[in-house]
Order: sequence, then C-alpha cells, then structure tokens
Amino acid sequence: MDKLALEFYEALALLDRPRVEALFQQAISQKVPMQVVEELITPLLIRLGDEWSAGKIALSQIYMASRICEDIVERVLPAMAVERKAYPPMAIVVLNDYHTLGKRIVLSVMQASGFDVLDYGRMDVDALVGRILADGVKYLLVSVLMLPAALKVKTLRAALDARGAQVRIVVGGAPFLFDSELWREVGADAMGCNAADAVTIVQRWREEAA
Amino acid sequence: MMTAMQRVLTAMGQQEPDRVPLFLFPTMHGAKELGLSIREYFSRAEYVVEGQIRLLAKYRGDCLSAFYYASLEVEAFGGDTLFFDNGPPNAGEPIIRHDEDIDYLEPPRVMEAAGLVRGLETIRGLKERVGDTVPIIGVAISPFSLPVMQMGFDRYIELIYEQPVRFARLMAVNQTFCLEWANAQMAAGATAICYFDPLSSTTNIPRELYLKTGHRVAVETLRQIQGPAATHLASGRGLGIVDDLLATGTAAVGVSALEDLADWKAAARNRFTLIGNLNGVEMRRWTAAQAESEVKTAIAKAGRGGGFILSDNHGEIPWQVPDDVLLAIRDALDRWGRYPLDWLE
Ligand code: B12
Repeated sequence: MDKLALEFYEALALLDRPRVEALFQQAISQKVPMQVVEELITPLLIRLGDEWSAGKIALSQIYMASRICEDIVERVLPAMAVERKAYPPMAIVVLNDYHTLGKRIVLSVMQASGFDVLDYGRMDVDALVGRILADGVKYLLVSVLMLPAALKVKTLRAALDARGAQVRIVVGGAPFLFDSELWREVGADAMGCNAADAVTIVQRWREEAA
Repeated sequence: MMTAMQRVLTAMGQQEPDRVPLFLFPTMHGAKELGLSIREYFSRAEYVVEGQIRLLAKYRGDCLSAFYYASLEVEAFGGDTLFFDNGPPNAGEPIIRHDEDIDYLEPPRVMEAAGLVRGLETIRGLKERVGDTVPIIGVAISPFSLPVMQMGFDRYIELIYEQPVRFARLMAVNQTFCLEWANAQMAAGATAICYFDPLSSTTNIPRELYLKTGHRVAVETLRQIQGPAATHLASGRGLGIVDDLLATGTAAVGVSALEDLADWKAAARNRFTLIGNLNGVEMRRWTAAQAESEVKTAIAKAGRGGGFILSDNHGEIPWQVPDDVLLAIRDALDRWGRYPLDWLE
C-alpha cells in the first residue's frame, strides 16, 4: 500500500481527479472498500489536515481534495450502506452563523472516511436541541466562523444539560483557532484544528466508550 | 509632540517617530458610546463620525476608520446584510445564485448605493473634524476576495479552479467597482485605502494559484488606486508571499497572530510597513498584565527602525473586547512604545 499511498497523495495534492480515481480503482481491486478507506483515504485526509494546520497547504486544496475523496468513496460505499462504520448517531451543524464552508469540508472528510453524519444545516439553539433529542444524537459536530456564534455553544450546552441530554460536542472553526482556550470556556468536549480532526476525535470517543 | 499623521507618515517612511503608532479598529464600539444598537449605529453617517471621534479621544489611537462592515459592498450589488446585537453584520444569501449570473453581472455605481454614499459622508465628516492631523483609513474589499460573499466560499473555490473565463469576467466587474469605490473614498478625504484581501493569503489559496489570480488582480488594482494602499490579509497567513505582496505596490501589510512578527520584520527589511499583530479574538479575556506583555513583545519584534504600526491582526476589534483591555493596550504603548526603544538594548 505504501507506494500506492504516495502516488495517491501526490495525485490528490495536484487535484488530478482522473489519476485519483484510477488509483482508487486499483486499491479496491485488492481490498474491500472499507479497508481502503481506513488504510488509504483517511490517513491522507489527516495528513492534508495537518499540513493545513501547519500553514503548508491552503484551504482551497483541502476543499477540492476532500470533495474528490467524498465522491469516489460514496460510489462504492453509499451513505447508510451496511458496510459503513457503525457509530452512535452523529450530526453536524452550523450554529447561529451563515458560513457553511467549514461544515461542508468536515462532512466531506467524514463521509470519505466511512462515517454517516446527519447534516442539520444552519440552526439556532432551540430548534437544534429538539432535533438532537428526536434523533438520539450522541456526537455533535459544530462549525462556526464568527465569535458570537462560538460563544453560543455555551447556551447550547446549557440547554442540552437542562434536558438531561448526554451529547458530546466537538467544535471547530476560525475563532477556536485564534483562542485555544475558547472551546473549554464554552463547554465543548473537544476542539478540532482542522476538518480531519473530526475523524480522530470521534474515533477516540468511540474507543473510550468501548 | 507629533500629530498622529506625522507619526504614521514617519513610521511608514521607515523612520522612528516619537512613539510606535497605534491603529486600533474598534468598528462597532462606537455604538456602545452612543447607546445605540449596532444596526442603528451603522444607519447614519453622523453616528459613525461621532463614534469614531469619541473612540479616538478615549483610546488615543493614531487613525480613524470609515469602515462599516464588509457586506456594505455586497449591498451595492443588491445583496442583504444580517445584523446582530453582539457582533459584526454578515452578508445574507449570495447574489450570484447560478454561475451563469456572472455573465450578466454589472458593476454597481457608487453614488447609487445608499450604504456606500453613507461611507463617503462618514469620511467627509471625519475630515471636517480632524483635517490633516489624523489619518483616515478607507476600506475596499479586493475584487478577488469579494466573491466569497457574492457567491459563497465553496462555489467560488470551484469557480477559480474550473471556470477561468467566468472567473476573469467576475474579476473585471469587481475591479471596476473596487476602483470606483476606493477612489471615491480618496476623493472624499481618505488618507489611504486598506485593501482587504484575505483570499490571497496562503491560508486560503496556494502561492502558485495566487500568482495567477489574486496577485494579478492586486497589481492592476493597486496601480489605479489614487493614493497609498495597505494590504490586509485579515489574519490569514502571508509569510510565504512577502515579496509577491510587495510587488503589488502595497505600502503596508496586516500581519496574522498565527505568524511571528520577528519573521515578518526580517522578511520586510524596511521595504514596507508592518501592521499588527495582536490577537483580537483572544483579547476578549486578556488581563492588563497580558495586554502589556503582548504589546511589549510586538514592539520588541517589529518596532526597531520604524516601519511598524501596532494593531490587532484582523483590522477589527471584536464587540466582546472590554474597554479595560483596549485602555491597557494604550497604556502599555506609552510605557514601551517611545522611541528610541532603549529598553531593547
Ligand atoms: C477570508 C476571510 C474573509 C473574507 C471571506 C469571509 C467569508 N467566509 O465570508 C472576507 C474579506 C469577505 C471577510 C469578511 C468578514 N470577516 Co473574515 N476572515 C476571513 C479568514 C481569513 C478566513 C475565513 C474563512 O471563511 N475560512 C474558511 C473556513 C472554512 O475556515 P475555518 O473556519 O478555519 O475552518 C477550518 C478549520 O477551522 C476546521 N473546522 C471548521 N469547522 C469545523 C468544525 C469541526 C467539528 C471541526 C473538527 C473542524 C472544523 O476545518 C476547516 C478546514 O480545515 C478569517 C481569518 C482566518 N485566518 O481564518 C477571517 C475571519 C473569519 N473574519 C472575521 C470577521 C469578523 C469578518 C467580518 C464580519 C468583518 C466585518 N466586520 O465585516 C466579515 C464578514 C463577511 C461576511 N460573510 O459577511 C473574523 C471572525 C471572528 C470574529 N472576530 O468574530 C475572522 C476569524 C478574523 C479574525 N481573526 O478575527 N473575511
């Protein structure tokens, strides 16, 4: 897999879609799709995420690369397919904010990594709490861009606590990158520095629960 | 004692003035001063003029800003703005709904856009109050960064990569608009234009692509702005494109808190001025001691020889930042910002 992984990475970094698709086909001819996702796709998305965090690659590359991965994985592992990861119900939301690119990228990365995530779009706290309870969501991913939206997580946490909902919240988005204490202050359980962190964090939670 | 204008011009001439100049951009705090909601505050030029003048007296900064909010320019294109009680206004639904809309998009005229006219009145009002003693900073969103609000970030990235012809047309429309807007601000009395161009930051697009897109647009646009321009990456990273930025003809660059001012100082080599790089988001919970230490560190890294203006790293102080912190920043500047910076030896 090593040589393939390297070639895959290079093709993805160049956003060479035909080449990425050809390499993916080659990989799934040798292994089952979920294994290819876990051994090839997810590690590469994590690597790209880390490179963005370190200032080595740009957001436009992350966005385009994660969309390509999402497309190719969805073709062999459609949403809700039985082979996809069996995880506690998860949802992603943009809280009191009008900026959806962060959510779009996290969703792509999660889908491409074999997770099913409910897309709640943009919501405010009251409607969101109702929805979380109705769907039995256990892991909530929140993306924000503006500082007031980040501070709203505090209200969300209080509202969930008041209803006795056991939900773990992972937050992400620019305000959290600029203030590394903010996620704790607003009562989140974790914070992602880039989209691929969402994968590592929910995996960690799952292992802790096991 | 120097006037704010003399201080800033000296620093920008790469000389040491009497102390490090301070560009504080409390764009929304004027509403607090006047007891208005943020929405009301931005509804009349007189309010913003009065707010800016009061904040200048209160925090003793070295500039006035005529900036309302980024979405003001989208309003000129027919877009909506969403207002909040505790933060900056945001652009509403994109005005470019389908990529084909770009083929028919026309640049709006500044004098036909109520918000922009208010912006110009604000500059004229400020100029009447301070004459040439305090620089008045006008703001224009770059033609290259504006589409994020015009069409949404995701679709705009796809456009850049996949539709070069439409992208070029959008840049032409936005450039015509940007130039009319920037030059109208200069004519109204602005001292310089802050060219907001975070999309050009390496946080957002890779350098190779920047050179073919945002860089070309900036070179052409800045050349036609009738006055000095400072480029602000709005806290995006820029160390990887320092010389490219300089080649656009920019006189100054706004530096991100995610980068080291000392690295910027070394890269700039007194060829342009650095503005920055206090972390506005974190500032909300600084103590006075922290504010002092942040100010001191920034001055130690970038103050020598002029070419440095202390500021936040985004060009806007968040609504949540308390007065005490801003006053502590100003006090620290009195303590550590006087030239010569003997304490550094
Ligand atoms: C480009 C930019 C602009 C552009 C385009 C903005 C836009 N998107 O609409 C322009 C010039 C138009 C602009 C304007 C404004 N901006 Co601006 N801008 C930026 C900049 C540089 C990038 C923003 C962006 O969209 N990035 C793309 C997103 C996807 O990145 P991200 O949120 O970091 O997400 C990544 C990770 O954090 C993570 N992630 C995101 N969500 C999640 C969720 C989970 C669960 C996980 C695990 C991970 C994760 O994954 C993503 C990919 O790796 C940032 C500063 C910066 N360095 O980031 C300021 C910034 C967002 N802007 C800011 C502000 C205030 C504004 C304005 C309100 C200013 C004004 N008064 O008008 C306007 C609002 C514009 C509007 N839409 O109406 C502030 C917001 C914070 C605050 N102070 O409240 C920022 C953070 C600057 C700062 N340091 O203060 N801006």
